[in-house]
Amino acid sequence: MIIEALLAFTFAAALLVFAVPNKYAHKLAFGLSLVPIAGSLYMWSAFEAGGNALTGGQIAFETVAPWLEVAGYQLQWYVGVDGISLPLVVLTTFLTALAIMSAWTPIQDRQSQFYGLMLLMEANLIGVFTALDFFVWFIFWEAVLVPMYFLIGVWGGPRRKYAAIKFFVYTNIASLVMFIAFMALVFSLPVETFGLPEITQSLAAGELTAFYGLPADTLALVVFAAMFVGFAVKVPVVPVHTWLPDAHVEAPTPASVMLAGVLLKMGTYALLRFNFTMLPEQASTFAIPIAIIAVVSVIYGAMLALAQTDLKRIVAYSSVSSMGYVILGLIAFTEFGMGGATFQMVAHGLISGLMFMAVGVIYNATHTRIVDDMSGLADRMPVAVWILVAGAFAYMGLPLMAGFAGEFFIFVGSFGSTALPYAPVFTALAMFGIVIVAGYLLMAMQNTLFGPFRLETDYEIGRAPVHDIAPLVALLGAIILLGVAPSLFFDMILDATVPILELGGGL
Amino acid sequence: MSLLQIEPTNWIYAMWSLQPVVILAVTALLVLGIDSLSPDSRSNRLLAGTATVGTLVALGVTVWYLAAGTGAAGTGGPISLFSDAIVVDGMGLFFIAIFTSVAAMVVVASADYLEDDDNPAAFYSLLLFATTAMSLMAVSNSLATVFISLEMASLPSYALVAYLKTNRGSVEAGLKYFLIGAVSAAVFAFGISLVYAATGSLLLPEVAAAIGDVSDLAGILGMGILMVAGGFLFKTASVPFHFWAPEAYEGAPAPVSAFLSSASKAAGFAVAFRVFAVAFTPALDVVIDWGLLFGILAVVTMILGNFAAATQTNVKRMLAYSSIGHAGYALIGLAAITAGASEANATVMGAAMAHLFVYGFMNTGAFLFIAMVEYWGVGRTFEDYAGLGRKAPMASIAMAVFMFSLAGLPVFGGFFSKYFLFLGAINAGFWWLAAVGAVTSALSLYYYSRVVKALWFEEPNGNLDALDSKPTGLYAAVIAAGVITILLLPGFGPVIETAEAAATAIFA
Repeated sequence: MIIEALLAFTFAAALLVFAVPNKYAHKLAFGLSLVPIAGSLYMWSAFEAGGNALTGGQIAFETVAPWLEVAGYQLQWYVGVDGISLPLVVLTTFLTALAIMSAWTPIQDRQSQFYGLMLLMEANLIGVFTALDFFVWFIFWEAVLVPMYFLIGVWGGPRRKYAAIKFFVYTNIASLVMFIAFMALVFSLPVETFGLPEITQSLAAGELTAFYGLPADTLALVVFAAMFVGFAVKVPVVPVHTWLPDAHVEAPTPASVMLAGVLLKMGTYALLRFNFTMLPEQASTFAIPIAIIAVVSVIYGAMLALAQTDLKRIVAYSSVSSMGYVILGLIAFTEFGMGGATFQMVAHGLISGLMFMAVGVIYNATHTRIVDDMSGLADRMPVAVWILVAGAFAYMGLPLMAGFAGEFFIFVGSFGSTALPYAPVFTALAMFGIVIVAGYLLMAMQNTLFGPFRLETDYEIGRAPVHDIAPLVALLGAIILLGVAPSLFFDMILDATVPILELGGGL
Repeated sequence: MSLLQIEPTNWIYAMWSLQPVVILAVTALLVLGIDSLSPDSRSNRLLAGTATVGTLVALGVTVWYLAAGTGAAGTGGPISLFSDAIVVDGMGLFFIAIFTSVAAMVVVASADYLEDDDNPAAFYSLLLFATTAMSLMAVSNSLATVFISLEMASLPSYALVAYLKTNRGSVEAGLKYFLIGAVSAAVFAFGISLVYAATGSLLLPEVAAAIGDVSDLAGILGMGILMVAGGFLFKTASVPFHFWAPEAYEGAPAPVSAFLSSASKAAGFAVAFRVFAVAFTPALDVVIDWGLLFGILAVVTMILGNFAAATQTNVKRMLAYSSIGHAGYALIGLAAITAGASEANATVMGAAMAHLFVYGFMNTGAFLFIAMVEYWGVGRTFEDYAGLGRKAPMASIAMAVFMFSLAGLPVFGGFFSKYFLFLGAINAGFWWLAAVGAVTSALSLYYYSRVVKALWFEEPNGNLDALDSKPTGLYAAVIAAGVITILLLPGFGPVIETAEAAATAIFA
């Protein structure tokens, strides 16, 4: 019942914040957002489960209740967590609270609606990561889009309307493609519910039948491809990444934090849950094209970041690059590849959140994000700048920080992959991406942060307020904690990803 | 629930099953009576209150009957009255629930809309008479009662559309609606006479039984079926008899547009479903494949409605075309009927009924939001709607809910109703209907989201001080519709189960 309580509380908190006057909304929202953190930490401490939720492992905090019946199928309210979803739930609650605090300075208009939408999004995200019935999952999945659409469209930058609609249309069409493909899959299986575990196990038992004249093998390949496209938009990977820079640049800082930190992970989470867990054989059939997409995303995303002059765009494109690593880890189908990819989802969530927040703090003071406009900020905003530097090093994969652990696991896993032909070549190419990351981050920092101070403003630039710095410090602490002790999450992640490998025979 | 176990032959007791219709009629007379007893007071609030209570009581009784299973197979089967001319069953009650819910919301909203009106009693009584007639349409079991109740519903509707006597748009809309309505009524009556000529009966089950023996009169029967179909297509605003709809919905007072585009459309489908399912299903193989006819019209209606909606600059007119598009979705419920596949038929028709139910709330709510904007006197185009979310957040949130739900976004009630409808079509073997439906729904998100964008993302163009007045009735209706649209997602189970059970009884 803890999951239901968590969801109900967060929804109720969102409604409450909608209703309060603007001037109280920010503190109330932050206070309320601490409760889901406590809830998710309680779940973490009481977590007792083994294996993967979909392949028949033990599911923690599981609840099943009938919902409605249609055409011989039973729809259920079915939630629970395993070692893959729990870290993401913790990430969601943690990052939402910090993002809310980071909004105190920049959001000065219609605050109660803003914070209400943030909490609404948090509730839906928790739903996405805990749902185990397809319809429950799909409804939460789509419901995440609506608050984000408003957050970008109402509080965004100058081109916010264009960015909001592009984000909405892109991701909705992707969802439709995925939805139709998944329906075709389910209707060709002898299952009676839309429960994801039942569907996975039925597929593993080889019960897929022909559908409208398509033989089972072809159907599985088509479904895999369609679902991959649907989720790839969300991740995003090259070439369906074009909505991301627009959305990120126009979104207000707290929304960017959520977008990069959690919303992108929805895509990789769904790829792991649906494509790679349900259809592992098809994944190995498509191994080379997927690995090419991953490596191209890594390199091309990094090159695009190198070419940008806007700090936020740099971080946005480097997210495309980082998500490429996750895809590479997943397609490797090895213990460390898949576990590392899942770990990297959490690590990247924290690191990209930190980067967007730090850029936001600088923007709050300077009102510009263009690299060439500023120089020597370290003089005026020492704390914020040093945290940004620390975040950049985390991005580059400095040992003892979470980014290092994630990327290291991925490279170890993908290098030794047997499921992926030419694995060492792909891994080597992807590792080259790190060099570019280091290049553009160091260059951007050198230009903006160090050297003599130069910025044309008619006001004095001073230190950032404490409530801007506090979430940065908290994030940095979490990044170091996970870097020093990755086993906090990595053990339970491995526990849940290893059964997938046994299923796919990829070991 | 003693009344449910009575003998259906005892007509005094059987009349009890018609109570929702009787309550509506009595309320209409009561509203007229109050007005004639004290013609000088003309208390808008008292009249609106009476009408609201009447519709809500009728709704309550209908829901109670549905829950108790009046007229359902398990409790003695459909209850026949007046020599089978009227039959009360799950399907009829289900549609009455739609009409009374819509009427209740429209009446509550009209209380504000008619604040300065000279003669509100006329408005409320016309609305209630139309609702009464629609409820009769839903329980008609003979082509004669179908025709009479359809005309009874149409006449007040013409007057309602032209209600703003001094407004040229309203009068023009009323005239257009009336002329096209009169022509289609003539066609419809001629069709009924041809059907009678071929089969020798007006009662729907007897028509069905006689279809096997029409032999050389099959051509006449076919013409009759085609003409009857024309009458329904007019009532539901489907292609090719949809031309009146954009004009009428745009010109009419917005609460009337809400009423016509939700309740009147559903009433058209209520009779069409019953007449074609009960009387004409045997004709599918031997006389005319009207399923294919409806299939083609459904595709054209979905495409035309959605594409025309995308090009509008006036919000009300956009909603009018969107309502044509939704008629196309509901037509799938008729198009996917095949002879001898009663289970698949019941599934798809039940889904269409459930869609009309959800549509009743989301579409009524959307038109009532327009009524609220008309009340404020802000304007009619997308530009005029800019920035309303800033001044009227609650109503604008509700409008966003309606728009996303109409588009079928998987967050509100409109998702399940569309999904089950398309699933039913695929189940019946009509995957192309589902494909067109899914594609047009995806496109519809474009123009529905334009409203949301105008309300929330744009900055206000002009002075929005008028928005400081908060019309309670309009707000209550819009917010109630919004809350129900949201709740219909988790609570879709009872709706679809009732609808499926009712449709199964029709095809049994």
